[in-house]
Amino acid sequence: MKKVSFTTRRRSGRAAERLIVGALAVCSLLAVGVTVGIVFSLSAETYRFFERVPLEEFLFGLQWSPQTAIRSDQVGAAGAFGAVPLISGTLLISAIAMAVATPLGLASAVYLAEYASPRARAFFKPALEILAGIPSVVYGFFAALMIAPTIRLVGTGAGLEVASESALAAGLAMGIMILPLVSSLSDDVINTVPQSLRDASYGMGATQSETIRRVILPAAMPGIAGSLLLAASSAIGETMIVVMAAGMAANLTLNPLDAVTTITVQIVALLTGDQEFDSAKTLSAFALGALLFVVTLFLNALAQKIVQHFREQYD
Amino acid sequence: MTDTSGRTLDFTARPAALRRRHAAEARFRMAGRLAILLAFGFLVLMLGAIAHTGTGALKQTQIRLQVALPADAPASTDPAKADFGGLLKQALRARFPEVSGRKDKRRLYRLLSIGAEERLREAMLEAPAPGAQERVLTLWLPASDEVDLLVKHDQPGRLGEQEQRWVAQLRESGEIRVAFNRGFFLNGDSREPELAGIASALAGTAWTLAVCFALSFPIGILGAIYLEEFARKGRWSSFIEVNINNLAAVPSIVFGLLGLAVFLNLFGLPRSSPLVGGMVLALMTLPTIIIASRAALRAVPPAIREAALGIGATRVQTVFHHVVPLALPGMLTGTIVGMARALGETAPLLMIGMVAFIVDIPGSILEPATALPVQIFLWADSPERAFLEKTSAAIIVLITFLVFMNLIAILMRMKFRKRF
Repeated sequence: MKKVSFTTRRRSGRAAERLIVGALAVCSLLAVGVTVGIVFSLSAETYRFFERVPLEEFLFGLQWSPQTAIRSDQVGAAGAFGAVPLISGTLLISAIAMAVATPLGLASAVYLAEYASPRARAFFKPALEILAGIPSVVYGFFAALMIAPTIRLVGTGAGLEVASESALAAGLAMGIMILPLVSSLSDDVINTVPQSLRDASYGMGATQSETIRRVILPAAMPGIAGSLLLAASSAIGETMIVVMAAGMAANLTLNPLDAVTTITVQIVALLTGDQEFDSAKTLSAFALGALLFVVTLFLNALAQKIVQHFREQYD
Repeated sequence: MTDTSGRTLDFTARPAALRRRHAAEARFRMAGRLAILLAFGFLVLMLGAIAHTGTGALKQTQIRLQVALPADAPASTDPAKADFGGLLKQALRARFPEVSGRKDKRRLYRLLSIGAEERLREAMLEAPAPGAQERVLTLWLPASDEVDLLVKHDQPGRLGEQEQRWVAQLRESGEIRVAFNRGFFLNGDSREPELAGIASALAGTAWTLAVCFALSFPIGILGAIYLEEFARKGRWSSFIEVNINNLAAVPSIVFGLLGLAVFLNLFGLPRSSPLVGGMVLALMTLPTIIIASRAALRAVPPAIREAALGIGATRVQTVFHHVVPLALPGMLTGTIVGMARALGETAPLLMIGMVAFIVDIPGSILEPATALPVQIFLWADSPERAFLEKTSAAIIVLITFLVFMNLIAILMRMKFRKRF
């Protein structure tokens, strides 16, 4: 009987296959490479920044004025690199945004998931997705064009002093922008709560709103918390709205009617236009970027862990 | 109805406690409805306001003027040498002979846009040769931005009484018209609002997105195929998974910093170019594409793979001949969604210098360029009021493209939806 060899042809095929799979693996590694690239570029420049400016000054300094003077012997030639006003400004605007997005987003999600008729749902869910899809530069334009003047008009009418680039205007626009993030994720989460919990609650005679408040929302809480964390993280990292609607003045204040500046605004201000790549001024943008990266990464990782944990609970 | 004790039970009368609870129910439901209507109302308000201000930019005010060409005009021989400004001034003086004094004359000249000279040059190139016919050209010339605002929106702006009288005079005699503004789509950026257009920004966006697509699409889907079909499930693959999920939520400006530090400073690629812009946006879209493609691959039932393997296909053959074709619509949908997000992205492009004043339409991926959202940002920053409607009109164009791309994605999702 003649021996049939399957191996000879296979071997060359197998080598080619291994090559293809290898190429595919390289592609997937590139995604990791991006992270490595971010960490590498941020940390290298940040390290150079901290050679010039001490870490304590950056993290705890109360004054931010990075404009290096033209003559080196001038007063304040080195500039001041205290990031606290930027951090407080970022947190203030993000807090306003969250104060808008949390109640509106949650209420929308509850309405869509529990009350809305299929037709209303089919209309409003895509509408919210449109809201999410509008570029942030459009929100920034709208905040500067319509929201800020309106706030100023109402505020001065009420006898308050309102800055023309108030934190409130930027925060409101940002709140609307992150609202769909809260509502769509919370909607998903509410939908994963098992029907048996609802039925049990109705069986005990609870009304629909009682069921939602006392049974469904507590059950969905981890997932909702995750969605809020994701929304907060994107508020902190948002750039165009604050560049266009918030100010450049590094004020240390909690008054939403004052002008504040944020980490992202300062990064843009420091790096657009001409730049020499060795000054502390330019390098400080990378230190701010590193701070932003670490904070948002932490929030995301936390949010994903919470959501993941939640999913496993009901799967 | 009577129970054993003889008391009447009325089930239609609700006790106070139950009434309270039902009122709370109604309030709660109303709050939800209000919230969603508020969000929707904001969307309508924002788009409505932008559409309202933006439509003005599609129209342009023009002034009819009779320009007399000098008999010995060098016009048709060498238009480059002709004094177009002088000819226009002469024509304006002929139309308003009563105007005297240098100040008044200068005000008169400012009724026309600088772009009028360019229009006159074009007209003179087409005009008949000298001596052949009468040497008077009747032209519709673009008005200055301030006249434009006055005519279209009744906003006098910085125009004085006298200028307003002139405009009224021209209007009465039908020498002013409002015509479609072709220049908005054909011109590049300009310091003069009435001449500024989005052509250079659109070209920059096209180049940038082309680079972005060429990089992120193949890398994204191939990476997803590896992770979903070939990678051993283990610590390494879950590390990559966590990594990609986190990357999707990194602020876009951080990608810009990466582009600045690595692509510009380390590799020395040309600043402000669509090449670098596209590379940065590709890094940003990569996670979106990978996540969507993995979901599409996961939706292909294992039976397909088992059937292919069962009749002797290798794993690579199985994946590329059977699984990928089924998952491709889903992958493309994810890619379109990712590209739509890249289209609206502004912040990272600011970091790599695509924020320049670009008049010429970029012809390659290496020339300095800007992108449509960046152009919106630049115009929104301009002090001239006339740029307001340009900004809104550019936003309308941007949103039109976004809606178009998302529609394609939705249609594809509906057309290729398969239930296995």
